[in-house]
Amino acid sequence: MSAEPRTRRSVPVRWIAAGILAVALVLAGIVSYYASSSPDGLNRVAQDKGFSDTAKAPGTGESPLSGYTSSGVDNSRLSGGLAGVVGVLVVLTLAGGLTYVVRRRPRPDADPEPGDRQKAA
Amino acid sequence: MHVPDGFLDAPTSVATGVVAAAAIGVALRGARRELDDRTAPLAGLAAAFIFATQMLNFPVASGTSGHLLGGALAAILVGPFTGLLCMAVVFLVQCLLFADGGITALGTNIDLMGLVTVTVGWLVFRLLQIMLPKRISMVPAAAAVAALVSVPVAALGFVGLYAVGGTVDIPLGNLATAMVGVHLLIGIGEAAITFLAVGSIIAVRPDLVYGARRVLAQRELEVRPSTTTRSAA
Repeated sequence: MSAEPRTRRSVPVRWIAAGILAVALVLAGIVSYYASSSPDGLNRVAQDKGFSDTAKAPGTGESPLSGYTSSGVDNSRLSGGLAGVVGVLVVLTLAGGLTYVVRRRPRPDADPEPGDRQKAA
Repeated sequence: MHVPDGFLDAPTSVATGVVAAAAIGVALRGARRELDDRTAPLAGLAAAFIFATQMLNFPVASGTSGHLLGGALAAILVGPFTGLLCMAVVFLVQCLLFADGGITALGTNIDLMGLVTVTVGWLVFRLLQIMLPKRISMVPAAAAVAALVSVPVAALGFVGLYAVGGTVDIPLGNLATAMVGVHLLIGIGEAAITFLAVGSIIAVRPDLVYGARRVLAQRELEVRPSTTTRSAA
């Protein structure tokens, strides 16, 4: 790993953001179809140890996206892919919105109104 | 490892819910220091990526699968406090929209797969950073080890909760062995995905990775104090 001085500006954040979003959409929308449908580690252990039947059906089971399938879409590839894409966009909106609200506002020393800081605190 | 409703009794579920709410409260305060205008948009994307990757169950043993938990990855990419917020959003959406993980178990899931993996992942990562050479190439490797450790610890966390509030009386030693065994295997997948994700961003823009900032700050001081480019935002 060399630390050669780069004079040119590196890859813009915007491109990185677009790249991450594209990867997330492809994974959730297309690759997820090929995911293993075997029980996960916890469910498998629960079966083996005999407490899997204590699991109750989730109270949110009537959600149109319940179980990562879109109700009303028959094609299983489309149904799962659509659910995944919707999930990615919802998570992005909620988490992005939350962190945007929480973030540190640019508050340079040249802030003309120091009273703002006290109001916020 | 999403815990459904019914595995744990009501008092335990309430307690884990209180812990989760308190942890989110702390994270909301702590995240202010981690997030600025440049990193805030990436936090949402990190959450979206973790949601997508959690859909990808990979086989780990005959008839058993696992998926990324992502707490260590989130902590290293966007910081531990922000990382916990991202994880909480993922579990909330999974629970409400996809019926993945019980609604009374939401606190349990945030605690085990969010709080535990973020905390353990971040602590292991920082410990390794202190011990390993201060090179940017060490960051993905340290992230992978942190991810590997975080998964079986979360599995042990479940065993601990089951000891307190499990609805079926089963030998806890057996449960612990089984849970840690399978989750060590899942941890290897977790390590691989974390290594790839952190490594990819390090390769193009290391300054965007929260866990790489200390190394970068040191390198800039040592090598080229005057040529640092700063965004004028």
